[in-house]
Amino acid sequence: MPVVVRLRSAVCLLGRFPALAGVDLDVEAGEVVLLSGANGSGKTTLLRLLAGLHRLHSGTGVVLGHDLSIDRRGARRAIGLLGHDTGCYDDLTVRENLRFAVRAAGGDASASDIGLERVGLTAQADVVHGRLSAGQRRRLALAVVLARDPRLLLLDEPHAGLDAAGRAVLDAVVAAAPDEDRTVILASHELDRTRALAGREVVLAGGVAHFGVAEPDVAQASKATAEEEVRAG
Amino acid sequence: MNLWRETALVAGKDLRIEARSRVTLYQVLPFGLIVVLLFAFALDPSRGVLSRVAPGLFWVAVLLAALLAVSRSFQVETENAARDGLRLSGLDPAAVFLGKAAAIAVQLAVLEVALGAGVALLYDVELRSLGLLVAAAVAATAGVAATGTLYGVLAAGLRVRETLVPLLLLPVVAPVMLGATRAWEAGLGSASADGWPWVALLALFATLYTSIGMLAFGPLLEEA
Repeated sequence: MPVVVRLRSAVCLLGRFPALAGVDLDVEAGEVVLLSGANGSGKTTLLRLLAGLHRLHSGTGVVLGHDLSIDRRGARRAIGLLGHDTGCYDDLTVRENLRFAVRAAGGDASASDIGLERVGLTAQADVVHGRLSAGQRRRLALAVVLARDPRLLLLDEPHAGLDAAGRAVLDAVVAAAPDEDRTVILASHELDRTRALAGREVVLAGGVAHFGVAEPDVAQASKATAEEEVRAG
Repeated sequence: MNLWRETALVAGKDLRIEARSRVTLYQVLPFGLIVVLLFAFALDPSRGVLSRVAPGLFWVAVLLAALLAVSRSFQVETENAARDGLRLSGLDPAAVFLGKAAAIAVQLAVLEVALGAGVALLYDVELRSLGLLVAAAVAATAGVAATGTLYGVLAAGLRVRETLVPLLLLPVVAPVMLGATRAWEAGLGSASADGWPWVALLALFATLYTSIGMLAFGPLLEEA
């Protein structure tokens, strides 16, 4: 399988603080990889680095064939990042936000209705973003990300704020990703739920990917994460 | 998607946001009108002072109101990390620059019509050379919008954005202030021919800053 993400000794600074302090990571096409680790371990920074939103300070990084140290913007059209914020505009309706994202990605605006249906927001299509609940905003953000038809899906705490139905929608999206020729990297603290979705778990601690483990080693990885959390206080 | 379609997409998005939030209508426009009104109170209208300095006062009011429009344009990109969405959208940064500048220019044009009416009413001036006045206004508006968008993104990620934008922008747009005032003095007086060289200067300024903006906006957006 082709490699979608390859990081070698990747260092990323937030100010002067090394949020990533030498990460090695390989992700192949069609994989679903879970990033786990304590708060502040570098999960969000890693996802933002892969999306080209953070600068690679040292080391090497290649995402979808684009070298992050040379061309951070090159791979963005093929990447969808579901971050902590929605990236949407408060004064635009659900449909307007989605249409803007679809048209910016060069798609047909009519595709936005399909996106709304997929995340269960058809009834809220004409409601402005500012009046949505946290869970509805999360669903809209997911619809916006999917509207871009990304080859690499980066999900940061994707279940946060979602109700049971929303979680089911999200799980279905992740489960369908390999069949849709999509690679998924998701960062989460909801390990019981996300381990069932992921084929592999990578544990981050102190800005370093300590090990990329196969499924049978998950328990060991979980123990290391717990120990890290205890050390972090 | 080509540059102009992306430009129209971004401009349409910003104008839709403004139409719905009505910040320009309820805050920027009243602010400009209050400035015009305060000048009328401060200067003695009976001695003809107001009609003589009307062009300068009009453009001061426009520039002060433009500061609010520029700040607002980048505030909407800060909320909900919309700026990240814009960076990830795949849109050409030059188109984002042109789109945001065009949206600011449209808002300023609406503002100038309202303030122009206020100035004509309160300052007792006669709009003689309408063609010159409109040409000067179009060129000056384009210059202010382009400069505002460029310096707006420069300060976009900073917590001191609201205070930094005026500090950066006002000295840079001083040539616009000067050129537009001189052109309007000629347009309101009887020597309209004297105003066209100033319009050419304003057009040159707008072209220069639009070109710089199209080149520099991408890197500035990345670092904001």
